[in-house]
Amino acid sequence: MSYHNPPTPPRKSATFDDHTLAEIRRAAATGIYDIRGGGTKRKVPHFDDLLFLGASISRYPLEGYREKCDTTVVLGSRFAKKPITLKTPITIAGMSFGALSGNAKEALGRGATLAGTSTTTGDGGMTDEERGHSQTLVYQYLPSRYGMNPKDLRRADAIEVVVGQGAKPGGGGMLLGQKISDRVANMRNLPKGIDQRSACRHPDWTGPDDLEIKIMELREITDWEKPIYVKVGGARPYYDTALAVKAGADVVVLDGMQGGTAATQDVFIENVGMPTLACIRPAVQALQDLGMHRKVQLIISGGIRSGADVAKALALGADAVAIGTAALVAIGDNDPRWEEEYQKLGTTAGAYDDWHEGKDPAGITTQDPELAARLDPVAAGRRLANYLKVMTLEAQTIARACGKNHLHNLEPEDLCALTMEAAAMAQVPLAGTSWYPGKGGF
Amino acid sequence: MPVFDLSTTPLRELNSALHGLSAGANDTVFEVINPRGSHAVAVGIDAPVTVDIKGSVGYYCAGMNDGGNVTVHGSAGPGVAENMMSGSVVIEGDASQYAGATGRGGLLVIKGNAASRCGISMKGIDIVVHGNIGHMSAFMGQSGHLVVLGDAGDALGDSLYEAKLFVRGSVKSLGADCIEKDMRPEHIEKLAELLELAGIRDVRPEEFKRYGSARKLYNFNIDNAEAY
Repeated sequence: MSYHNPPTPPRKSATFDDHTLAEIRRAAATGIYDIRGGGTKRKVPHFDDLLFLGASISRYPLEGYREKCDTTVVLGSRFAKKPITLKTPITIAGMSFGALSGNAKEALGRGATLAGTSTTTGDGGMTDEERGHSQTLVYQYLPSRYGMNPKDLRRADAIEVVVGQGAKPGGGGMLLGQKISDRVANMRNLPKGIDQRSACRHPDWTGPDDLEIKIMELREITDWEKPIYVKVGGARPYYDTALAVKAGADVVVLDGMQGGTAATQDVFIENVGMPTLACIRPAVQALQDLGMHRKVQLIISGGIRSGADVAKALALGADAVAIGTAALVAIGDNDPRWEEEYQKLGTTAGAYDDWHEGKDPAGITTQDPELAARLDPVAAGRRLANYLKVMTLEAQTIARACGKNHLHNLEPEDLCALTMEAAAMAQVPLAGTSWYPGKGGF
Repeated sequence: MPVFDLSTTPLRELNSALHGLSAGANDTVFEVINPRGSHAVAVGIDAPVTVDIKGSVGYYCAGMNDGGNVTVHGSAGPGVAENMMSGSVVIEGDASQYAGATGRGGLLVIKGNAASRCGISMKGIDIVVHGNIGHMSAFMGQSGHLVVLGDAGDALGDSLYEAKLFVRGSVKSLGADCIEKDMRPEHIEKLAELLELAGIRDVRPEEFKRYGSARKLYNFNIDNAEAY
């Protein structure tokens, strides 16, 4: 009997996997790096790697639907004459008119207002529709200063000095020419159709000492009424938080690498910055070391999707969270109803990230009037409000199970970790142990 | 005339008084004495007031000025008249870095020299500097005019958009995508207007060279990568 060699199945390299090979071929064919929207797509330790312990003999729970579990949050109580009070600690992150259509911005404002929370402008200035439909609007003060003017500063409810964002700490932005309509161009003082670069650092200050003076100037211009936030990307959260506090911030916004961008190089999104989970404890530690925890509020963003994520972020010490990508999904981004059109664009619902090209079938990341008209801002706003309310209810459900009558009463002690990495980053014990890496004593 | 002595009066009182002016108010001429390098002096003006500051100021003097006429009888620190919307700001002495940064309108006159990044990211402001300007001036300048009677430092107009630059003296080097351009009649006319507004009568527009964007970097092209 002759021996027949059994066939071995083809084996692909783990290092040179299909995506890597395709990217090499794409780079070779085009001579340019890949630009896309969104945050990191790689798997990183996240809130999924944490669990709540719930109540037990030593911790008694609160009755769902009966006993109060407060969700209000006050932002800007340190220096501002007019701090913001929100009904839910889930805010809408900064996204620009330009990156998003006018209808999308209106929908975000409507949804946030219905849910009793704030929304935020972006790199491109404040539109009347956005101001009109947003009960509480945070006005971003960005390096490009596109659309920046004192009248809008004064009609904002808070000012967010943007130093960085999680998708690209240390990077500026680019709104490609195809999205520069007449209105967008006019708001940014630039010719129509050209690529608009957003600077990576502010034009008139560098470093924390300058930032302190800049914040003082903004307070003087607005008569010390507005809360001033400082937003940083997840890079050096302990020191960035400490320096923001030192510079006089009322609120620190900390955005991890899952946080989205309208358009940035894929290599930047995937390789610069830290996961959200790794950012929270160092930031909280900085606030505690300075005696400023709960006095300067901490808003966490980057990959928040559910009430569980909210509850976990708050348990680790945040005062509030911000959502961007999830809010876009709630109003209709990447909806399978547009699958046929996603296919024509060479992608599929759930993977569409060429937001910079302005061809969004859902009418959200576009300036094309026909596409933008597909989004009904009233209905989309309602969906966002529903989603925000569900997340808030979910967070309350968990908090009550942990015996907490305010979401802010959640604490690290309520958590355990499923992986060593998550245990180390969140500084909560690995499930079934009383230890986490770095704690010692094992 | 209201006089604010910043050696004895908190800055807040000055800026609050400037913001509190109602339409038709009589006292629209303010004097500030002993500024002693204070930051954020006369910021956020939103009315046609006149402010005379007798001494030197720190960062961001007349920041976001919208309609005021501010004169600093001394020198100014970084970011003077940053993001100005309208009105005028005159510095009798020198100005530090970022003078007129991101300004959208109005006229900034610096009678001495300006340091680096003068007119950075300018978006419509007109700036006239009697002396020299430092490196990286008008970086990413979007619109407006920068007039320099003296010399310009390195990398003038780097990554320039549509701002127009006029330099009477030498330019140490031009930044990426910034080139010398012809002085056409409309440029001579505009320059003459700006010199007149700045109170300069002994200098002719024909003595200047014009610099502007080559517009080669307006849309990203990999073949231009070495220019960035």
